[in-house]
Amino acid sequence: MAPAGTERGAGASRRKFYDRAFAIFGLLATFVGLITLSALILDLALDGADRLSAQFLSSFPSRFPEQAGILSAWVGTTLVMLVTASTAVPMGVAAGVYLEEYAPKNWLTALIEINIANLAGVPSIVYGLMALGLFVYQLRLGQSVLTAGLTLALLILPIVIVATRESVRAVPGSIHEAAYALGATKWQMVKDHVLPYSTGGILTGVIIALSRAIGETAPLITIGALTFIAFLPGSPVKAEFPFISFDWLMSPFTVMPIQMFNWVSRPQEEFHLNAAAAGLVLMLMTLVMNGLAIYLRYRFRKRIRW
Amino acid sequence: MALLVGGSLAAISSLAVPETAAQIVQIDGSSTVFPVTEAVAEEFQKAKRGKVKVTVGISGTGGGFKKFCRGETDISDASRPILKQEMETCKGTGVQYYELPVAFDALTVMVNPKNDWISSLTVADLKKIWEPGAQAKVTHWNQVRPTWPNAPLKLFGPGADSGTFDYFTEAIVGKAKASRGDFTASEDDNVLVQGIANDKNALGYFGFAYYIENQKKLKAVPIDGGKGPVAPSPKTVEDGTYQPLSRPIFIYVSKKAAGKPEVKEFVEFYMQNAAKLVKQVKYVALPANAYTLGLEHFQKGKIGTVFDGEAQVGIKIEELLKREGKF
Amino acid sequence: MNPSNYAETAAPAAAQRLAGLLARRLGEKIIEALLFLAALSSVGITVGIVGILLYESAEFFRHVSVVDFLTDTQWTVLFTDPHYGIMPLVTGTVVTSAVALLVALPLGTVIAIYLSEYATNKVREIIKPALELLSAVPTVVFGYFALLFVTPLLQRLLPNLPGFNMLSAGIVIGIMIVPYVSSLSEDAMKAVPVQIREGSYAMGATRLQTALRVLVPSAFSGIASAYVLGFSRAVGETMVVAIAAGQQPNLTLNPMEGAATITAYIVQVSLGDLPHGSVAYQSIFAAGLTLMLMTLVFNIAGYLLRKKFREIY
Repeated sequence: MAPAGTERGAGASRRKFYDRAFAIFGLLATFVGLITLSALILDLALDGADRLSAQFLSSFPSRFPEQAGILSAWVGTTLVMLVTASTAVPMGVAAGVYLEEYAPKNWLTALIEINIANLAGVPSIVYGLMALGLFVYQLRLGQSVLTAGLTLALLILPIVIVATRESVRAVPGSIHEAAYALGATKWQMVKDHVLPYSTGGILTGVIIALSRAIGETAPLITIGALTFIAFLPGSPVKAEFPFISFDWLMSPFTVMPIQMFNWVSRPQEEFHLNAAAAGLVLMLMTLVMNGLAIYLRYRFRKRIRW
Repeated sequence: MALLVGGSLAAISSLAVPETAAQIVQIDGSSTVFPVTEAVAEEFQKAKRGKVKVTVGISGTGGGFKKFCRGETDISDASRPILKQEMETCKGTGVQYYELPVAFDALTVMVNPKNDWISSLTVADLKKIWEPGAQAKVTHWNQVRPTWPNAPLKLFGPGADSGTFDYFTEAIVGKAKASRGDFTASEDDNVLVQGIANDKNALGYFGFAYYIENQKKLKAVPIDGGKGPVAPSPKTVEDGTYQPLSRPIFIYVSKKAAGKPEVKEFVEFYMQNAAKLVKQVKYVALPANAYTLGLEHFQKGKIGTVFDGEAQVGIKIEELLKREGKF
Repeated sequence: MNPSNYAETAAPAAAQRLAGLLARRLGEKIIEALLFLAALSSVGITVGIVGILLYESAEFFRHVSVVDFLTDTQWTVLFTDPHYGIMPLVTGTVVTSAVALLVALPLGTVIAIYLSEYATNKVREIIKPALELLSAVPTVVFGYFALLFVTPLLQRLLPNLPGFNMLSAGIVIGIMIVPYVSSLSEDAMKAVPVQIREGSYAMGATRLQTALRVLVPSAFSGIASAYVLGFSRAVGETMVVAIAAGQQPNLTLNPMEGAATITAYIVQVSLGDLPHGSVAYQSIFAAGLTLMLMTLVFNIAGYLLRKKFREIY
């Protein structure tokens, strides 16, 4: 058996070598992704950094590349996100709470759950097709801020639902029991205990979902949002009664990724620099949002001690 | 639920629509005319200090007319005169219009700068390449002229909604929209620029302005319309020698929309400033009296078209003026 | 409650309490109903999507026979001589997705094994969010990155590569979906009970052997879900292929050529005008339906696979 022993020794060291080699290989694999990300940001920065200025943020698009800016684009993005968030957050959180706290175990609940899992795999452009058929033509909402906001809201709804469920699930059973013991009804328990404890997780999910919606181009192209827009939708806040206006909902609009797409399809080289700069701003927006989400996740994880 | 929310939002906002709608001039149509209209829109909005909003879409001439005849837009950009079929549609919906020529364009045929075998193309060559019968058959350069290399022929052109496509097929094949379908068709002109610039065996066509902006990456091919090869340039367009691919481009204004003060003002601004702005965006301006004539027609309420819905090829500037004058 | 005046107040108080209880009950019921409606609305989205696609496609198939749709080899909807063969778009979609998956699945799986079995906590805390940022980059940006950065790079290696090609678009989509594959696979591996790992180590296996022969099979069902989602993302990716793969329907399985995918076609048509009710308008819904069916078939296949290999701990 002695030779076998040495053989096993040799085998073991070979296996150890493979093991170490894989550790390095794995690290390299992660670098492929990270290097691509860096190359992408560098590429944009080299082209677009010169164009970034206060003027770029505060000017309308123009036929002169050096005068053009992204004012209507970022305002449009903000307004569309406002509609998206105010639709997707209440609906998503409500659905998540129902599935986690209320839903009976039956075929309907199972159907809802399977459906949400599958919505994650539905291509975003298909949402755009639905919006075109349903919002633009059946409901006659036009190619407006409202249509765009609702479309993206439906797109991110599954993400909000899943995030809510995970956060609600993390609230310990003892909290539930304690609330009931004090005579709280189910809704009081959810409203006063479960939701406050899961706010952090829900918020993180919502921010990540919105950062995805900000970069979505395809569904908005499908509803026909590609135009030269050098003005802002009406302001939601007014000086005279009733102080709030909803005109902006029906206004034509442009958003950041569409503006970028528009600039890239221009023949002049200088516009491509603008596109890169718009891309940089867009990246910054999503990076800041993601950073915020990661930070919040960390904060809430630290703060809650069950 | 989503529908409920959407419905109620729509209900709320429908109450508020009229006051915004009154302030917008909506324009859509040709991507070839877009640079001119965009320039005018920009200057106009500056002059009005943001009181009037102008949106300019790029759905192509055909796409623009479809929206225009449905009454969705006030003004339609067109890189060819309105067609019989479109006139019928507009008649059906009761949309009447003014036809105003705004500039001249040279439709330019482009190859890659590395292409060293091509010095000019005749209309017959182009027809051989682009006619519907060529689909899946004429796939190599040497099938067009035997002296050219046996290399694959990669074709790029505007999409089927585009007036440039309509005009080119009319001028070259003899029937509007008659074209082979196996080429890269895009309403996004930069896709075409990139496609030709990155491929030694490419050939494509689009408006002159897009070529001028990318002269380093593209090579324009002189076209022989029967009187020897002529390269596209502002000069050859003005003297009428670049044929059959010189063409006037237009805006069409809805009569009903012209009743709105902001649209009327916009059109007047357009005619008064076109000469300067057209040159700025690298198109060929019409003679000054063409713009005054157009403005006169507009102010006197002369609706309709001088082209009778027939596609016309090879109109020279004087001829266009003559027609407009008789109108 | 003071017992002395209990008798005289009991009746009204009880009634009041009862009324309060009833009101509370009712309130609870209403709230539950509202929450239920919100949950049901997610099914409404699916119904809306499928409904609209079927409705418009039905119109489309009144003009075009299903046989032509599936067998014609040309897709020239907008021209004078229209052909309605979806196959060129399907092959374009399949080829770009195949290239993307060839990049994403191996990379994603290796990264998942590395993060779950090798990386220290500190490394994982840095790498995971950084990778997630990859999926946060707007796809338009990726599209131009593919066209103006990756394609010229590839052309240096392959001089005959045309400016628009499926290879470059596929590679970029592949890198884009790595985070989806890796993070889901890693979650699945993390979920494998620690005793199973311990058992494998006790038998003298290295980390690599444990990962490949014990963990991956145990977590197979979760990893399969990750692959299926990766596939859905690749098939549905729009802007990258619309920008970098060319927009010409082309019946080919060669990634070195340019071709239009289903999604690129939808974008191309949307950039023009879509007169409501025309065949061209309906054709994008028929294309969308085809896309949905492709993802559905894959999802069902993935589901059956998972069912077969499900491990119960």
